[in-house]
Amino acid sequence: MLRRAVIDLVLVGPAALALVVFIFLPVAVVVVLSFTDYQFGATRFEWVGLGNYADLFGSRLGRNALINTLVYAAIVIPASVGLGLLVALGLHGIAHTVPRVSAVLRAVYFLPVAATLVAMAVAWQMLLHPSLGLVNQWLAGLGLPSRQWLSDRGLVLYTLAAIGVWQSVGYNMVLFLAGLAAIPPTLYDAAAVDGAEGGWSRFWVVTWPMLGPTTLFVMIVTAANAFRVFETVATMTQGGPAFASDTIVYALYREGFVYFKAGYASAITVVFFAALLLLTAIQIAVVERRVHYR
Amino acid sequence: MTGKPVLSLDHATKRFGDTVAVEDVSLDLREGEFVALLGASGCGKSTTLRLLAGLDQVSAGRVLLRGADATRDTAAARNVALMFQSYALYPHLTVYQNIAMPLRLRRLSVLERLPGAAILRAPVGRKLDAIDAQVRRIAEMLRLDPLLARKPGQLSGGQQQRVALARALVRDPSAFLLDEPLSNLDTQLRADTRDEIRALHKTTGYPFLLVTHDQSDALSMADRVAVMIDGRIVQVGSPESVFKRPGSRAVAAFIGHNRMNMIPSGPAAAVHPMGARFDLGIRPEDLRITPDGALDAFVESAAYHGEESILSLRGPGDIVLRAVLRGAASVPDQGSRIHLSASPEAVHAFDIDGQRVEIA
Repeated sequence: MLRRAVIDLVLVGPAALALVVFIFLPVAVVVVLSFTDYQFGATRFEWVGLGNYADLFGSRLGRNALINTLVYAAIVIPASVGLGLLVALGLHGIAHTVPRVSAVLRAVYFLPVAATLVAMAVAWQMLLHPSLGLVNQWLAGLGLPSRQWLSDRGLVLYTLAAIGVWQSVGYNMVLFLAGLAAIPPTLYDAAAVDGAEGGWSRFWVVTWPMLGPTTLFVMIVTAANAFRVFETVATMTQGGPAFASDTIVYALYREGFVYFKAGYASAITVVFFAALLLLTAIQIAVVERRVHYR
Repeated sequence: MTGKPVLSLDHATKRFGDTVAVEDVSLDLREGEFVALLGASGCGKSTTLRLLAGLDQVSAGRVLLRGADATRDTAAARNVALMFQSYALYPHLTVYQNIAMPLRLRRLSVLERLPGAAILRAPVGRKLDAIDAQVRRIAEMLRLDPLLARKPGQLSGGQQQRVALARALVRDPSAFLLDEPLSNLDTQLRADTRDEIRALHKTTGYPFLLVTHDQSDALSMADRVAVMIDGRIVQVGSPESVFKRPGSRAVAAFIGHNRMNMIPSGPAAAVHPMGARFDLGIRPEDLRITPDGALDAFVESAAYHGEESILSLRGPGDIVLRAVLRGAASVPDQGSRIHLSASPEAVHAFDIDGQRVEIA
């Protein structure tokens, strides 16, 4: 018995220790720090209670970052999930008639997912350059006025959102394709016999409900990635112009690693962590309740 | 028994690329009739069913619905009910919603199917009430009332099958096609379901087409049996005629629990005078051991099966024979020499092309 207990402990111990030391402990430290005015390198700190949280939700800059992130997510989540589904439906549909084309397009759509986002951001920066960029040249060719995609305060967040959608559609498409492949073909036969004529009825009677679990998973993954938006902001705009593209994770980075305000950055981290935890909890609750068919 | 044809295939052929799945098949499904389409797996019987239902389109030939050309009609327009081998229930819907689906799709528009549509428009409410009454009537008929709120995943195989039957029969279909309805059930449930489907046919009066690879299902349930081999229907007739007067050597070999003995012409003359010119087939059950039997055979082995014993025999010219002894008949020893005979009406003769020759 003792021998078994020792073996169990030896097997579980290292991983458990690593989890505690590298995950639980830092989280606890961050939570503690979020109630202080600690700065990196400082020798002492004061307790400020909920002061950092009040700053985040109360200050114009903090609220701005939160709202920007929400707007960004509100665009990216539906657009990326919707387009991913649309592309998957299209590619699934043509997979029987022109399998080669379908395979090539699949790879093309997936390319942005596989590529390094930072490198892609540089490419986008060139495409979106106000005078030399291809986008504005095309617009000029079409007789449309050119835009300051990354330096117009009213536009920059939407530009970043569009790039976010471009980057995540391929991943969602792959998940939806897997979901579509798992739908038993006899269900479509059953629907046809039951009177579902045309693609629209077939979609609502079979495809959409059968994709339920996939859709939910895709939504959660996309949401988590949207709230985490950082690379494009950091490489293309640094939150600017005038904080118009400042997002919560970029603010975290700026406050923590540029201004070394560890206490404030910790508060942002805790809020961010809580939001993702909530998202995951919703996922588990909904998955267990609604989308499980068995 | 000879009502008007409801659903017919008229010289229908179905090709998938270079392979011909169904070749020049003509089949009538008449009013109030129970037809079984019997064939080995991969012979094209499921494709035939899909052609009838409108799930696949014929490559050549026609599909007729009450005499009118329905070749290009969709499955929904043909109004054929189909029960799938896998049942194909909608896993996300309750039993009630599954049964109601054909009625909802036919009677309600896309907008009217949205939740809450009944509150906004009174006619939708009346339609829903009519659907509700029909769903509950068919659910009662199939003893599904206590299960209406469950999801298919929470049901046993037999219950799922009754839901599939209910969904198929809830509307007033032109014909009811069943694709291997019994193959997923265990022996006991199988026998019960056979009776249940027979009873359903009697009460509803729809023309039924049963697709099966199991000859006892086909012979016991159907009014007419169509035997399909390699994409062609080779014989259509009553179960009795298909069993007793197989039209060809292939049908004779396919029908019957124990494969029919085939004795080549020549040695076959020992059994029947026509055996001099034709190959003769005799079912193992019809071979009798008699002291004055003209067909000699060695007993190679004997297997006891409870109700019967099956003898493996070697006859003249090393032909392999099998004989089934019923009940308490004494089983001869292994290696002994026995004499066999068969009554003339149990002897089937086939010409060189394998076609039946009447010798009575």
